[in-house]
Amino acid sequence: MMLFHSESDPDLNPTPEQIQEEIKAWQNWIGGIGAQGKLVNPGEALGFEGKTMHADGTITDGPYAELKEIVGGYIVVSANSAEEAIKLAKGCPGLSNGGKVEVRDIMVFEGM
Amino acid sequence: MDNKQLSQIFKTEYSNLIAVLSNYYRLKDLQLAEDIVSETFMRAMKVWAHKGVPEFPKAWLYKVAQNLLKEHHRREKIYKEKITPELGAQKQEFEDVVITDKIIEDSQLQMIFVVCNPEISRESQLCIVLRILCGFSTEEIARALLSNKETINKRIYRAKKVIKHHHLEINLSPDQYISRLENVLRVIYLIFNEGYYSSVNEQNIRFEICWEAMRLAIFLAEQEIFPKSTIYALLALMCFHASRLEARISGENGDLLYHEQDKSKWNKDLILKGTKYLHLSASGNEITKYHLEAAIAFWHTMETKEKWNNILQLYNKLLTIDYSPIIAMNRTYALARAKSIQEAIQEAYKLLLNDNHYYFCLLAELYHMAMDEHKEIEYLNKAMELANKEYEKKLIRAKLEKVKGN
Repeated sequence: MMLFHSESDPDLNPTPEQIQEEIKAWQNWIGGIGAQGKLVNPGEALGFEGKTMHADGTITDGPYAELKEIVGGYIVVSANSAEEAIKLAKGCPGLSNGGKVEVRDIMVFEGM
Repeated sequence: MDNKQLSQIFKTEYSNLIAVLSNYYRLKDLQLAEDIVSETFMRAMKVWAHKGVPEFPKAWLYKVAQNLLKEHHRREKIYKEKITPELGAQKQEFEDVVITDKIIEDSQLQMIFVVCNPEISRESQLCIVLRILCGFSTEEIARALLSNKETINKRIYRAKKVIKHHHLEINLSPDQYISRLENVLRVIYLIFNEGYYSSVNEQNIRFEICWEAMRLAIFLAEQEIFPKSTIYALLALMCFHASRLEARISGENGDLLYHEQDKSKWNKDLILKGTKYLHLSASGNEITKYHLEAAIAFWHTMETKEKWNNILQLYNKLLTIDYSPIIAMNRTYALARAKSIQEAIQEAYKLLLNDNHYYFCLLAELYHMAMDEHKEIEYLNKAMELANKEYEKKLIRAKLEKVKGN
C-alpha cells in the first residue's frame, strides 16, 4: 500500500484549473501503474476534515494526531518487494508538492 | 418473394423456432429442437417449390414445427408407453395454440440466457450463440472463425452438453435475469469483437456478426425488466465501432487503424445513434467498462483540442477497473498524443509485454512519431519475429517497406 503524506497548508487556495491539473496528474500517474498491470486498488483521496479519538476518550478536531502532516490518500499496488513498489512511486505528483510516499506491505493472514 | 428474402426468413425463424420449441414447449434437448427445425425447413422448401410461398410463411413454419413435435411425442409415447417427462404437464394439448410474437419474444429472451452460460468455454460460447441465437450454419461459423466444420461441430456439441445439463432452469425470475445480465452482455461483446477484429477477409460475414450482436443488445434494451444504463453503454460502444467497420476493412494489407482510415467512410448515422445511446447510458449511477470504452470511442469521432487528453483520462480510469495488455498499450499511445512522445516511450518500456508483437508495433509507432527510423525498424523487426499469423506479418512488412523507402 502506498500512503501519501502531505502537510496541510492553510494558505493554499488553488484555482479550479489548478485543481483540474492536479487531478489529471494523479490520474496519469495511477494510470501508468495500471498500465503495468500492477494496480490492485485505485484507493481513495482523503479530505481535510476529520476528528481523532484518543485512548483516554478525548476527541480532538482534525485528522492529524501530533504533527501537521496528514495522510492525503492511498492506493494499493502489487509488487514483489518494497524496492519494486518504491520504484512505482517515482513520478507521484505528491512528491512535487513536498509530500512523501510511504510504501507498506499488507499483511496476509492465513485462513482469512 | 425471392431467394434472398427466403433465406432471411429461414435465418431469423431458425433461432425463433428453436427458442419456442425449447422454452415454450420445454424441449430440453437442443439437438432435437434443431432436428425438428431442419425438418421443418426441408418440408417448407419442398412444398413451397411446388405450391409457391404461402401468404403467411412464418405461421406455416410454426404449424409444421408443432406437428413435427407432436409426432415426436406420439412416437415417444408408443415407445415408452407413457408421455415423456420432457413434455410439461400443462402443455400436452397444444393443437390450437397460435404462436404469437409475445411467445416468440419471451422464448428468445429465455434462450439468450440459457445459451450464454458462464460454464461454456469461450470458444464453444461463440459457436453456440452464432448457431442458436443468430441462425448461422456450421459452415458459416467455420468461415467466420477461420476454422473447419468438424471443429465447430465439436464445440457446438460441447456447449449443448452443458446446456442440457442446466436446461431445467426455465422460467427464470426477473431477479435471476438481472443477475445474469452482466455475463450475457459480455458474451454479446465477445460476438461483436469477433466480427470487428476478425482477420477473415469476407466482409459480409463480419458485418453480419456485428449486426447480430447489436440486434441482441437492442432486444435486451427493449425488455422492461432490465436496468438499461449498461446495455445502452454497450450499444453506444458497438455503434461507434460499427460506424468505422467499412473504413477499417478497406485496407489492402489488413485492417486499418483509426488514424489510417478514410474518415469520409465513417457511417454518420451510426455515430449519431452511438451518441444517442451514450447519452441514455448516463442515466444510472454506475460506470462500467462499457461506459468508459464507449466514451473513448466517442472521442475518436471528434477532432478537437481536448480529444487526446480526454481519451487518456478515460483510459486511466478504465485501467483502475480492468487491466488488459491492449488497454495498457492504447493508453500509452494516447499519452504520446496528449502529453509527450518521450514520456510515452518511457512508459512503454515499463509495460514489459515482451512476448506480444503488438507491443513492438507500439514501440515502433512511438519511434515513428519521434522520427527515429533506426529504432522504428529495429522494433518492427522484433514484431515480425513474434507475429505468427500471415496477415499480421503482411501488415508489419508493409510498414517496414514504407519506412525503408523513405
